Amino acid sequence: MTLTAAPPEARATHERTRPRKGWRYAATVAVFLLPSLVPLTLYTIVPMLGSLWTSLHEWDLITEMRWVGLGNYVELIGDPETHAAFLHTLYFIAGYLPLVYAGGLGLAMLLNRAPRSTGAGRSLLRGIYFLPVITSWVVVALMWKWLLNPASGIVNWTLGLFGVSGPGWWTDPDWAMPSIILASAWKDLGFVMIILLAGLQAIPREYQEAAMVDGATAWRRFRHITLPLLSPSTFFVVVISLINGFQVFDQVKIMTNGGPGGATQVVVSQIYDLTFRYGRAGAASALSWLLFAVVLIVTIIQIRGQRRWVTYG
Amino acid sequence: MGKFLRYLLVGTGALVMVFPFAWAVITSVTPGEAVLAVPPDLTPEGASLDAYARLLETLPFWRIVLNSAWIGATSTVLQLVTSAMAAYAFARLPFPGRGALFAVYLTTLMMPLPVLVVPLFIEMRTFGLVDTYFALLAPTIASAFGVFLLRQAINQVPREFDEAAVLDGAGHFRIFLYVVLPLIRPALATFAIFGFMASWNSYLWPLIIIKSPEFMTLPLGLATLHGQFTTEWDVVMAGSVISVVPILILYVFAQKHVIASVAQSGLK
Repeated sequence: MTLTAAPPEARATHERTRPRKGWRYAATVAVFLLPSLVPLTLYTIVPMLGSLWTSLHEWDLITEMRWVGLGNYVELIGDPETHAAFLHTLYFIAGYLPLVYAGGLGLAMLLNRAPRSTGAGRSLLRGIYFLPVITSWVVVALMWKWLLNPASGIVNWTLGLFGVSGPGWWTDPDWAMPSIILASAWKDLGFVMIILLAGLQAIPREYQEAAMVDGATAWRRFRHITLPLLSPSTFFVVVISLINGFQVFDQVKIMTNGGPGGATQVVVSQIYDLTFRYGRAGAASALSWLLFAVVLIVTIIQIRGQRRWVTYG
Repeated sequence: MGKFLRYLLVGTGALVMVFPFAWAVITSVTPGEAVLAVPPDLTPEGASLDAYARLLETLPFWRIVLNSAWIGATSTVLQLVTSAMAAYAFARLPFPGRGALFAVYLTTLMMPLPVLVVPLFIEMRTFGLVDTYFALLAPTIASAFGVFLLRQAINQVPREFDEAAVLDGAGHFRIFLYVVLPLIRPALATFAIFGFMASWNSYLWPLIIIKSPEFMTLPLGLATLHGQFTTEWDVVMAGSVISVVPILILYVFAQKHVIASVAQSGLK
């Protein structure tokens, strides 16, 4: 098939020595494919199907599984703890996404406007802003838990210098989620900035210049040129942030472990606790499929809805 | 907006990014009780490496660092090999059901990790693999993301190159090794960096599957350290500092590459 352009005699030789069909070809395909397909089947596809099967049972991981059909799903959908877990996750997303997007966009615009002569400075700055992105969540969560320590943390000490008495941060039910949001936005700011900066640099300068000639104010240029032309990058950031936001776990586990008083119990912490604290593997599997369904629906809605606000070209 | 204001904002931002790291280093060398002192001491007198010494007493820390390093390296190499080979099959070797199989790969890509960890834990337990190195590596041997990324790259290699090699009598293995792989080196490098970072930073799976300190990786070791009795912040920060250094060195060398590939991902 790939050889249609080759001279006939070459094709003939090729077909004689290397038959396209037959056992030898099948063996070649298998050798290339199986090193990936076998582990993928064993460690991703089988668990996926296993999870569906488990979700239809009541199971404490020790005794026999007991069939309950859709019982786990019905119970979870009516369970206030599930509602709370989804609400806390939404709270996280609602705080995190605007913060990281506004911060990332602001920084990207500041760096984009820097003159060409400061190219080295700009790349150093990009490197610094990207540092938290490559750092592990555990380290970031620990650093922020220490910075936001209510009694001996440096943030509250600094606030004290200005006569502000700092809150209890992760020890206070009202401030625990904002603490997690703050740490998360700090970690991902560089990632969002890099993506938006690339988007900004793809906007032809002529557009801005033409608008300036027409006397458009900075705000109007931002609103009617920058934002619409940046919308594909914005779309990417929103889709990725929502997918990751629904799965928030590491920072919650380290900073608050779902507390205080369940104030930061998110969906994945609930899945973890259902399995390993309450011995309810079936309910945990059902909840993880509910989470998958929600993420899938949200993503599909976004892809469908992008025509309304995403401008390509 | 004035130039001065712009530099001030960007500079302040950079300070906010760097400060937590600097503070972690300072805390880690602050001697004993001074750690909890109010007001905090920005330049502690008599800096000491005592926290680092205690870190090594509490956990088999060097072993944990080595675990992270070799698990990260092994999982990166395994993913590179398995993904590049499968990507070659998907790009260059037509076979019945290829499209459907690729769709299966893409579906697994959309699966959130939390959906997989519980049944994967049960599977590992069934085979008596809980608390082993193999269990840490198993979910990272194959990567649907890698297959997807590398297939894109291989599709961009002109087929004339393969055909020329075929005329020279090369089979698929030689084409793969000597024609395709050298031409997709940038994609391989990107995937290697992200694969290593993902393994080095991974927390949820090790948390579930590993119990003994000797099999722990860094994130789990640090989290365990933090969870013990009252947290000794100087020791925890010492551990954090040590765990950041290797990835930081890697990053300094690969920075341009990492940032370029992230920047590109949003441009489609």
